[in-house]
Amino acid sequence: MKTADPALQAMLRERNLRIIMPIASILAALGLWEFLVWYNDVPHYLIPAPSLIAKTLIQDWATLAQSAWFTVKLTLLSLSLAIAGGVLLGMLFALSRTVEISLFPFAVILQVTPVVAIAPLILIYVESTFWALLICAWIVAFFPILSNTAIGLRSADHNLRDMFRLYQATPWQRLRYLLIPSALPYFMAALKIAGGLALIGAVVAEFVAGTAGQNTGLASRILESSFRNEIPRMFAALFLVSVLGIIIFLTTSWLSRAVLGHWHESEIKREL
Amino acid sequence: MMEQKILPEAPVQIEMSNVDKRFGNNVTAVQGMSLQIREGEFVSFLGPSGCGKSTALKMISGLLSVSSGAISVNGHPAGQSIDGSDVGYVFQEATLMPWATVFDNVYLPLKLQGLSRKEAGPRVREALDMVGLAKFSASYPRQLSGGMKMRVSIARAMVTKPKLLLMDEPFAALDEMTRFKLNNDVLDLWKSQGLTVIFVTHSVFESVYLSSRVIVMAARPGRVVHDIPLPGGYPRTGEYRTTAEYAETCRLVSNALEGTMDNVDINH
Repeated sequence: MKTADPALQAMLRERNLRIIMPIASILAALGLWEFLVWYNDVPHYLIPAPSLIAKTLIQDWATLAQSAWFTVKLTLLSLSLAIAGGVLLGMLFALSRTVEISLFPFAVILQVTPVVAIAPLILIYVESTFWALLICAWIVAFFPILSNTAIGLRSADHNLRDMFRLYQATPWQRLRYLLIPSALPYFMAALKIAGGLALIGAVVAEFVAGTAGQNTGLASRILESSFRNEIPRMFAALFLVSVLGIIIFLTTSWLSRAVLGHWHESEIKREL
Repeated sequence: MMEQKILPEAPVQIEMSNVDKRFGNNVTAVQGMSLQIREGEFVSFLGPSGCGKSTALKMISGLLSVSSGAISVNGHPAGQSIDGSDVGYVFQEATLMPWATVFDNVYLPLKLQGLSRKEAGPRVREALDMVGLAKFSASYPRQLSGGMKMRVSIARAMVTKPKLLLMDEPFAALDEMTRFKLNNDVLDLWKSQGLTVIFVTHSVFESVYLSSRVIVMAARPGRVVHDIPLPGGYPRTGEYRTTAEYAETCRLVSNALEGTMDNVDINH
């Protein structure tokens, strides 16, 4: 029989642990939930059992999937616009101190005012509900990208800057080969935060907007089910919101590791 | 009786005439510095902290402007060569880009000149060979030791085949064994590449081991107080450190340096 390398075995064990343990604990929690609901005979309009939520998810899949797709569109679009706007303005901030000082207060005002408080106004001024929701989600996701990009672009090592000057690099070369790579770790950290915030913004704004219109997202399904006392459907919609959040988190984490993994401290696995 | 051969004087490569550097906070970092450095010299700027030795080096490279006076390097005003390729600069830290491989770090000066990876490849490999790191071209800086990082930094400075190499306390943060080894590497480079080297240091021993001439500087205001041509011939190896001549020269330079410390207020 072949004896495996102990280091390799330890790695495999570690990987199994990282996959099996979370799944096992979630399954155990669901099992306990199912059991307690069944054992105590809790009525489904108070707390539905996981099996009932799953059944509802399948039964109402057509409407729920449509709503989920709407929320996904809203989240991704607002995140993309936040990235585009945040990066562009962040670059402008890094280039010109005057621009930064003049515009930063606006960015801060947007950031500190709760989106729930501005959403009704935006809904009044913007005719299309989709665009109004988009603006709300964008406001929430925009700030971390802006501030981190601006800080990141300024964080390049001073000696490296001197070196670029010594070799008479053009402003474009300096941006491309020095400032952008230096800013990437900051940008990636912002992206992880902004991804989650875009989803929260999309859901919160929809709550404020209510269930107006046909083509609406998961938040409207939750509100609507709450009005009709359809608790299992509420849970099903809630479940989908969490799944979206988890997917966004995993994607941004993966992206960060893919971009920074080979050099940045935050993503390097240390051998002990 | 043998007649001593007098070589024709090498042409002047660096000329500093009455250079002052004042910073905004009214500190005079360098005052009235005049100096001629000839091609092929190995010159050390030696002095205590705040004597303006690094400032002088930065002015020669063009990274800092002069407040008054003039510096000419390779026939043009400091910092105004066509593409910056005739001066190599080694910082106190290795100053490598952590996101780039050893190859890409050394390739950078050529990349900034617009050379493609393919065109630059042989020159980058040659520079890495020079410092004995050819095998590590695909490694990232974080995988290297402090001494190896410094070698990469030297390879990067050498990749444009500069006539002048400026080194700003490059080995101050390294352990002594590594420093001795890199000292020898720098001497080899200097000889084989026909370089002129200006080496900033606060170590008497390092400056005497390496240089053909030591410029001793004093602080407040930063200025040149001694210009000492060293007698020792080359090549110098580890054995040179044990000779009476080395000890005597160190004593001489050390005395010159101590003379500059007289008016230093310890509590300053």
